[in-house]
Amino acid sequence: MNLEQLYQDIILDHYKRPHGRGLREPYQAEAHHVNPTCGDEVTLRVQLKDGAIDDVSYDGMGCSISQAAASVLYDLVRGLPVDEAMARYDAFVALMSGRGQVEPDEAVLQDGVAFAGVAKYPARVKCALLPWAAFKDATARALETVGG
Amino acid sequence: MTEMLTAARLEVVRIREDFPILAREVNGYPLVYLDSANTSQKPRQVLAAMDEHYRLHNANVARSVHTLGTEATAAYEGARDTIARFVGAASADEIVFTKNSTEAINLVAYALSNAGSGSPFAIRPGDEIVISEMEHHSNIVPWQLLCERTGATLRWFRITDEGRLSTSDLDTLVNERTRLVSYVHMSNILGTINPTEQIVARAHEVGALVMLDCSQSVPHLPIDVAALGADFIAFTGHKMLGPTGIGVLWGRGDLLAEMPPFLGGGSMIETVTMEKTTFAPPPARFEAGTPPIAQAVGLGAAVEYLSAIGMPAIARHERELVAYALAALSTVEGLRIFGPAVPEGRGGTISFALGGVHPHDVGQVLDSLGVQVRVGHHCAKPTCVRFGVPAMTRASFYLYTTEQEIDALVAGLEQVRKVFS
Repeated sequence: MNLEQLYQDIILDHYKRPHGRGLREPYQAEAHHVNPTCGDEVTLRVQLKDGAIDDVSYDGMGCSISQAAASVLYDLVRGLPVDEAMARYDAFVALMSGRGQVEPDEAVLQDGVAFAGVAKYPARVKCALLPWAAFKDATARALETVGG
Repeated sequence: MTEMLTAARLEVVRIREDFPILAREVNGYPLVYLDSANTSQKPRQVLAAMDEHYRLHNANVARSVHTLGTEATAAYEGARDTIARFVGAASADEIVFTKNSTEAINLVAYALSNAGSGSPFAIRPGDEIVISEMEHHSNIVPWQLLCERTGATLRWFRITDEGRLSTSDLDTLVNERTRLVSYVHMSNILGTINPTEQIVARAHEVGALVMLDCSQSVPHLPIDVAALGADFIAFTGHKMLGPTGIGVLWGRGDLLAEMPPFLGGGSMIETVTMEKTTFAPPPARFEAGTPPIAQAVGLGAAVEYLSAIGMPAIARHERELVAYALAALSTVEGLRIFGPAVPEGRGGTISFALGGVHPHDVGQVLDSLGVQVRVGHHCAKPTCVRFGVPAMTRASFYLYTTEQEIDALVAGLEQVRKVFS
């Protein structure tokens, strides 16, 4: 197991200089997710506008994988129509669940492909998925709020 | 204390030869196992004892007239005797085998709430149960559940900044309403060894029972239950060179005799009719069903192994290791130790933070170098909250740990800092 597969430069870069970090207003829904085994937590807010993700804002405490995943999430879904954002969610979950056997599509996942190595470290898959699970949760609740 | 200082030096190199797993490599590096507080490694003598039991003496216990059953029962009860002597119990009947420490603690909690209203054990609304902020979840949750069942109130000792139990409010915290005080003897996360004399005296003064979670102390320190003064202690085999699946509740004989059962089933009965069942005396009363027989045999062998080396010598070795480790860790930039930063009153478990690096990442980089530590909240979330962190990194030592392994930990931490700088 090669540590560089896990801690690729892209991931460390997102960890040290996270994109879109901070909790912002307005927002329609907020989700708070924790990983009970390790103490990673994330609070994530979603603001929808005209059927698209207008803003995703977040804050949290956790390992480099979980926090970098939140930063990549911000880049990947902001501005997208909800169904396209959820397609990227599905693609990221598939990559994480694939035990390193899934070949990621860079056009869809962009910097998210750097997480391909994480799939080989079962103990860290939950870290990468934490902000995405919070995003799915918050988006569902935001859709309820706007009646979409 | 004196016996620890004058104890013989451990022959660690020779001891390590008894542990097959220590010769392993992990990720291309020699295994550096610093997670014994989580579970200990097993010497070949324990493995052989369990293997031989299954090969030659396997039968169910306490039920058989036949030879094999007699041999199995002798092995199981022999392990009970060995363990009773190891902790200084007045009688082997005070040793109840459970699955682990958690079950032993739950046994006491359920015995209390199962007690009828006329029993001295009955817990009523307004009664108080005292634990501490330093507890493993196994010594928190059963008491929270007990309080929910009975209407009692849960209260707790706080932790000082130095990582010790704060006893400044002992006389108000432990009062006439207190029915039980249950706290950890050696913390699995801070390494703190908590005092007993003052707390036990106060608890008994107000008529409260005392339970000690000795999961980390029985494996690492000479223990004598009479000297501790507690009414119950819990400990577990897998943290003391034994297999998983076997734990021990020691309870004062007169208390166990009055306690109602926890689990019902075979072996714990005297007579059974469809209308009414009567129960066996302790310890059988608390051992329903076929017990973990081979596991008890394994624990007996583990205790014999530890006794042959001597607990004072083991305690001395760990005390020297922890002094070495505290000094070595103080050279690592940005490292903060939670809990006592001195070797006094603490065991061979050190939890720490490394700069702004999340413990998960610390543990991952160390693992890539063969160093196995534990990261997270260590089943002691309130302790983490007390120190304002979501998680800690923990290194824990045992009789087979060497100074070279601590050097590998320190070198690994420097590597962590490089990756995340």
